Amino acid sequence: MLSRTASNLFWLGRHMERAETASRLFEVGARITLLPNTVEGYRNEWESLLRASGAADRYAANYADVTEENMEKFMLFDRDNPSSVASCIHDARESGRIVRTALTSRVWDALNVAWQEMRAIGPGQEDAADLADFVARHANTVQGAIDGTQLRNDGFRFMKLGYALERADSTARVLDVKYFVLLPRVEFIGSGLDSYQWQVILRALSAHRSFHWAYGDDVSASRVAHFLILNGEAPRALITSVNEALSHLEALTRRYGGDVPCTARDRARALADRLAGLDIEEIFDEGLHEFLSDFIIEIGQIASCVQDDYFHGRG
Amino acid sequence: MYYNEMFDGEKVREAYASLSDWVAQMPVDFRQLKQAEAEALFRRIGITFAVYGEGGDPDRLIPFDMMPRVFTQGEWRRLERGIKQRAKALNAFLRDVYGRGEIVRAGRIPARLVYQNEAYEKAVVGFVPPRGVYSHIIGIDLVRTGRDEFFVLEDNCRTPSGVSYMLENREIMMRMFPDLFRGNRIEPVDGYPEILRRTLESVAPKKCVGRPRVVILTPGHFNSAYYEHSFLANLMGVELVEGADLFVEGEFVYMRTTEGPKRVDVIYRRLDDAFIDPLCFRRDSMLGVPGLMDVYRSGGVSICSAPGAGVADDKAIYTFVPEMVRFYLGEEPILKNVDTWTLWKQDDYKYVMDNLADLVVKEVHGSGGYGMLVGPKSTKKQIEEFRKLIEKNPSNYIAQPTLSLSTCPTFVDEGVAPRHVDLRPFCLCGDRIELVPGGLTRVALKEGSLVVNSSQGGGVKDTWVLSE
Repeated sequence: MLSRTASNLFWLGRHMERAETASRLFEVGARITLLPNTVEGYRNEWESLLRASGAADRYAANYADVTEENMEKFMLFDRDNPSSVASCIHDARESGRIVRTALTSRVWDALNVAWQEMRAIGPGQEDAADLADFVARHANTVQGAIDGTQLRNDGFRFMKLGYALERADSTARVLDVKYFVLLPRVEFIGSGLDSYQWQVILRALSAHRSFHWAYGDDVSASRVAHFLILNGEAPRALITSVNEALSHLEALTRRYGGDVPCTARDRARALADRLAGLDIEEIFDEGLHEFLSDFIIEIGQIASCVQDDYFHGRG
Repeated sequence: MYYNEMFDGEKVREAYASLSDWVAQMPVDFRQLKQAEAEALFRRIGITFAVYGEGGDPDRLIPFDMMPRVFTQGEWRRLERGIKQRAKALNAFLRDVYGRGEIVRAGRIPARLVYQNEAYEKAVVGFVPPRGVYSHIIGIDLVRTGRDEFFVLEDNCRTPSGVSYMLENREIMMRMFPDLFRGNRIEPVDGYPEILRRTLESVAPKKCVGRPRVVILTPGHFNSAYYEHSFLANLMGVELVEGADLFVEGEFVYMRTTEGPKRVDVIYRRLDDAFIDPLCFRRDSMLGVPGLMDVYRSGGVSICSAPGAGVADDKAIYTFVPEMVRFYLGEEPILKNVDTWTLWKQDDYKYVMDNLADLVVKEVHGSGGYGMLVGPKSTKKQIEEFRKLIEKNPSNYIAQPTLSLSTCPTFVDEGVAPRHVDLRPFCLCGDRIELVPGGLTRVALKEGSLVVNSSQGGGVKDTWVLSE
């Protein structure tokens, strides 16, 4: 497969996953503003969401106030924000357009329709829940088309690898929001507000129901963290995402044989092994924020190894 | 005064016999529904056409007219022979002018027009590409003025585009109106990608071992014809590469893949000569592959069309194509040229300047319907402005009579009305010369307009050849 094709497929996966994350974060933000009883009011929550998507500085540079209206524009429609839903879907579709020959018509169709429909709507037309449904529906259609129609070849692996690494990154960032929100207010830990904020994070990852199935009603920091970091059954958990990434890298290594370097595979395997050997107390002892920061950097390293192993074509 | 391809007076011509009921019985709302459906299909598939420098919608559709254009088997056979003959002569000409130049020595074509031509590539003089074929895909633009009157408007020997529309128009028609195809015996065109691949494989370089690896080289996804490049790559089952995907090492060209470098044998390039190798041609080109020409000249890779093929298709050389047919093949040309006045000749210049209002004047190197004057459709002011352009550089222009282009029934707002059409069939030259039965019919959608270019508001139609 052409290196450029592989790279575009990888980014197609990353951008689709990123689009979904952005819309889900927005929905959660909008939901919180409907509740009157947060201590700081909604403002604080929107800011924590901005941090979660790593876009607080960009927002501050272009928007005066943190309002729902502005947030909708910024997180969903703003083409100057590379992490907005519109930008991500545009980029994913552009990657798809470049590598049309590597996609089935179903996948291209799904991408193209998502892009066209996204282009047709603008700020203020739909309410937040409908928008989130809209994005999720398109994201699911694209994923479904990939899973249902793409050959299980290297191209498929690169797409899924993009999805898996992006998901690992985004779950870690969302979890890290807690650090930013709570850092100045240690006295909240264990309070009703604390528990409420953890719930918000679960919602942001569409995981509150699965959490309750797995852990019952008690939403505490260590349980939520365990669920989202170490529970191999949770679909968006760090360990699940890393294992998925690893399985795709292993499939590539098997397919390509010994002549193609596999530094990404080695690195992903080391990370998966480390996660498997951790318990949640160790993570809290180390510091959740420090752990997550290191994890995000390590995911970045694996992505750059993928780049070196496969996308340069060694010419 | 215009030849109507469907009607002979009141009578429906043979080719359209079965279509006339179809049109007559189609309710207006059904037609509108189908038209919307066709547009949605095109948009969904992503067949769009961007025009450079126009801004606006980057994913503009070329208007598609659902009324097919039809040829009988007999009409087509004659066209086919004429096109193949012309393709053969054009390649013979190219081989000659990059070799001994017999046609120039014999005084049939002025040396200046060949050797001082912008498109004449000194870098390939003396090199003969595999099978002596320079132009592997030739798009010949034809217009019709009468029952048996076809004229060649121009030859496209470099990288003619439009074949994806030929294939997709058919695909969409078959999807929307399956009954039409059941009821009519229409020659299929969908073998084109396979024949194209075989053609390209048949001109693999001599150093190639095993089955040749063919790639399509595109300027990239911002190019207006990118859809076509990726469409063809897909149907042929070959990689679509950009310049940066290829590199030269030693005697060969390789592409960068996830499994390391892979050797490339045949490059179907959709890039102008000037851009394919910055070491040989334009230094500032970011689109090409440094060192490609050295590999080409030493037989390590084939480039289709061959660099330098453009010298056969400019508008000055065009006037000599019938001469080429006689000179190389010893035959009389089956397809006629349009009478052409070349403005660098004193007599022609005088005649053209005296009759600008009746003529079509074109730039020798222009394309896409730009830089031309359609006398009868222009205002006095436009004509006078164009006259000044010609005076500045007469040898940059040729002139032709305004042809009475044939018309084809076309769906318009008010129903069905005749609109002018042209035809571009695609001739493939490798170890043999082949032509699929069909082509791209372009239609001028504006009433009375003779300009069919998609950049100037033209549309497209499915083109049928009936089998016997």
